[in-house]
Amino acid sequence: MGYKTIVGLEIHVELLTKTKIFCNCVNEFGGDANTHCCPVCLGLPGAIPKLNKGALEFGIKAGLAFNCQISEWVKMDRKHYFYPDLSKGYQVSQDDNPLCRNGYVEIEVEEGLKRIGIQRIHMEEDTGKSIHTEGGDTLVDYNRAGVPLIEIVTAPDINSSEEARMFLENLRNILRYIEVSDCKMEEGSLRCDVNINVVDTETGKKTNITELKNLNSFKAVASAIEYEERRHISLLEKGENTAKETRRWNEVENKTVVMRDKGSADNYRYAVDVDVLPVVIEKEWIDEIRDSLPELPHQKKERFIKEYALPEYDAGVLTQSKELAQFYEETNKYAKDPKQVSNWVMGDVLRRLNDEEMEIEDLKFQPKDLADLLEFINAGKISNNIGKKVLREMFETGEKPEAIIKKKGLIQISDEGELEGIIEKVLDENQQSVIDYKNGKDRALGFIIGQVMKATKGKANPQLVNKMVRERIEKR
Amino acid sequence: MDITRLTAMEIREKVINKEISSKEVVKAHLNRIKELDEELNAFITITEEEALKAAERVDEKIKNGESLGKLAGIPIGVKDNIITKNVRTTCGSKMLENYIPPYDATVIERIKAEDGIILGKTNLDEFAGSYSTESSYFGVTKNPIDTERVPGGSSGGSTAAVKAHEVALALGSDTGGSNRQPASYCGIVGIKPTYGLVSRYGLVPLANSLDVVGTFGRNVKDATLLLEVIRGYDEKDPTSMEIEGSSYLEKLKEGIKGMKIALPREYMNMDMDSRVKGKVMETVKLFEILGGHVEEVSLPHVEHYWATYYLIVVSEISSNMARYDGVGYGYRTEDYDSLDELYIKSRTEGFGEEIKRSILAGTYILGSKEGREYYEKAFRVRTLIKEDFDKVFEKYDVILTPTTPNLPFKIGDSIKNPFEMYGSGIFNIPANLAGLCAISVPCGYVDGLPVGLQIIGDRFKEANILKAAYALEEELALGGENNGL
Repeated sequence: MGYKTIVGLEIHVELLTKTKIFCNCVNEFGGDANTHCCPVCLGLPGAIPKLNKGALEFGIKAGLAFNCQISEWVKMDRKHYFYPDLSKGYQVSQDDNPLCRNGYVEIEVEEGLKRIGIQRIHMEEDTGKSIHTEGGDTLVDYNRAGVPLIEIVTAPDINSSEEARMFLENLRNILRYIEVSDCKMEEGSLRCDVNINVVDTETGKKTNITELKNLNSFKAVASAIEYEERRHISLLEKGENTAKETRRWNEVENKTVVMRDKGSADNYRYAVDVDVLPVVIEKEWIDEIRDSLPELPHQKKERFIKEYALPEYDAGVLTQSKELAQFYEETNKYAKDPKQVSNWVMGDVLRRLNDEEMEIEDLKFQPKDLADLLEFINAGKISNNIGKKVLREMFETGEKPEAIIKKKGLIQISDEGELEGIIEKVLDENQQSVIDYKNGKDRALGFIIGQVMKATKGKANPQLVNKMVRERIEKR
Repeated sequence: MDITRLTAMEIREKVINKEISSKEVVKAHLNRIKELDEELNAFITITEEEALKAAERVDEKIKNGESLGKLAGIPIGVKDNIITKNVRTTCGSKMLENYIPPYDATVIERIKAEDGIILGKTNLDEFAGSYSTESSYFGVTKNPIDTERVPGGSSGGSTAAVKAHEVALALGSDTGGSNRQPASYCGIVGIKPTYGLVSRYGLVPLANSLDVVGTFGRNVKDATLLLEVIRGYDEKDPTSMEIEGSSYLEKLKEGIKGMKIALPREYMNMDMDSRVKGKVMETVKLFEILGGHVEEVSLPHVEHYWATYYLIVVSEISSNMARYDGVGYGYRTEDYDSLDELYIKSRTEGFGEEIKRSILAGTYILGSKEGREYYEKAFRVRTLIKEDFDKVFEKYDVILTPTTPNLPFKIGDSIKNPFEMYGSGIFNIPANLAGLCAISVPCGYVDGLPVGLQIIGDRFKEANILKAAYALEEELALGGENNGL
């Protein structure tokens, strides 16, 4: 007895072009309502769209990064429906001839690499934004209308919430690597709808597909899939089926609720938009774009393993984002031990960033500063622990490690002469501990060393202190 | 001197030579409008103030010895589906009764840049979607030649205004004959340029793959002058093109000696008013006399024109009309309880019968499996029709046809017999389907009513049809002056 979850995703991604897809209005998130508009994106009578080639190029870039075939030519189609934020009564989109087809994204599952198919990627324009006021009015901001979008449609190859999450993370990383989108779900530049159903693997019985909307984070996607999985299975167990419907995720109550019935299929009355002339996509252009693609996450990961002899785990974490990988590589240019750099970046640096909900770009210090800090440690000038303190200070102030170490007098004391007096003093004051240690209580040694470190405010070279304390005790 | 009797060319010359001021010209025409338009109803909006200001600017330029544009001081009417900044643009529809656009169509910018003076916005069938100007929310326009008859349509307001000397020139639009049929009915010259010769930016679309902006004048030269100003590539309309070559006006006098002229057999064998046929056949003979070689040719797909056109036009109309939803601008119903009701009532109340018929038909075609099969077939037949013409234009320079198979019908008759009205565009449709250029030029009168000759040319070969029309006009010496008001 078993059930298999079948999930397909539809992901809308806003492209980071300077201008909108059919006019010269600026493509920028925010701004005062209805200030980034013109007759074209407002859909005023008589205005004619003009396809932004840059948007097409971004679409092709994404297609190539996702291993798609690129169409030899494109046309744009009108997709008709009525909604206040849709200024023309139709959205200019692509119907039967999408820009990209038949690609995939790989995710790592227990059995190894799994390919999630990408059926198509097509270009379209974003709509305006409806704002529902407390007074019950609906206002529309058309700043977003005409922002170029790609819609990525996956094959139903995803079989769990975890796979969906991994897929989305990889997809987002790739899109950010190739710099076609900032993929900020909170700003709506990446939006994801889910199609899900469940099949009983013994009887072959399937539930009807449910469409899920209003998923505002990857976590919401995963939670909604898990919720629906349970709902579909419990219906199957009762011998029932799900309704063909669209449901929305309610984040507060952690459940999905019916949004609309999908009993009758949508009829968008697609028709070619003859104002947008068909564009032939020359092979040379595709090659040019392909050549301009940066190293993609999985390629970078492999290189990190080879070039820096990093464990696979480290390489994976460090290539999560282009900026993080860049920071790591830049630090390595000045540092000697790639694994040590990896430990510090993955450890203290990332932990702190996560705690503060910051991005690597927000760091106040430079990669070279981190490398310098490590050099202080490796040269024995400061201890590892002092190094961590210095790093915390670098986070706060952005000051150079050298300046912090000097200012706070943190240079490690490795001078035996200087340490000798301090150690003798500690031993004099802790005679009982000396006796305990001599009687075989190893823990007493740790206490004595701790007292020495305390007396030096942590600056004493721990290895040296260790060695000297033993020697002095022996001599007593 | 009655200024309103002058041609556009003469007005420009006299204004530049300081024989008359631009202001005098505008005032004379505004007076003419005041005198006649209550009955004719050629105008929806008269822009008296703007026109007088524009005239003052022209007079100022003359006073300062500045150079003047090609349309200096010429009063022009603009069909009210062409967008004018800060001047309401209604498309003859209740839906846009109070719509004031924030920009100028490219053709308007070009007219203004050449010192042309816009006197107002002319009446039309609602959204340019019919053939009689009776479907306008702003009332029917009457034919100045016989006020019991329609001026044709959809550019009937423009053609009536030009014919009645309310303006010297006018702009129209032509989707399936809307420039040529009313030009013929009003006994003036109407040009339907090649698709792409003139920017459509700011022309409110009826059917984007067929629409073109065209010009009217009482003679070929005048209509050509306006075409010359508005033609050419516009970066705002990617379907527009720049055509190299000298001015059309310079070519008019070249004559038609040796011109190869085709007469489509199938057209002349069609059911039509025998008086129209007789007049057209007489005219065809004149072309022989003028040195042209006329031969019969075959354009075999004529029986499919109407169906092909209809499927495409209503589909595009239903799509283009979707934006009028009562949300952002235009008519909104007063009473509604839900978003759906807002849409339904606004559209039910805002659109007229004729345009609603097209929306319904187009929605069915795009929205049903059977409809889509028809739609796709229409595209294939459209290609066949194009090929028919390509074949003819391999050997011939121009094609002659009657502009319409009938004479201007009486106001109200189209409601009794809509097929006669639709049928009046049958010879016009193929030039739109195939993206060709065409002109309707008066070729005489029968029983007091005008007959137009249509001359069709290959894509971007405007010079050929203009030369032929000019030669005929010179020979007939009608000058558009021998009848009507």
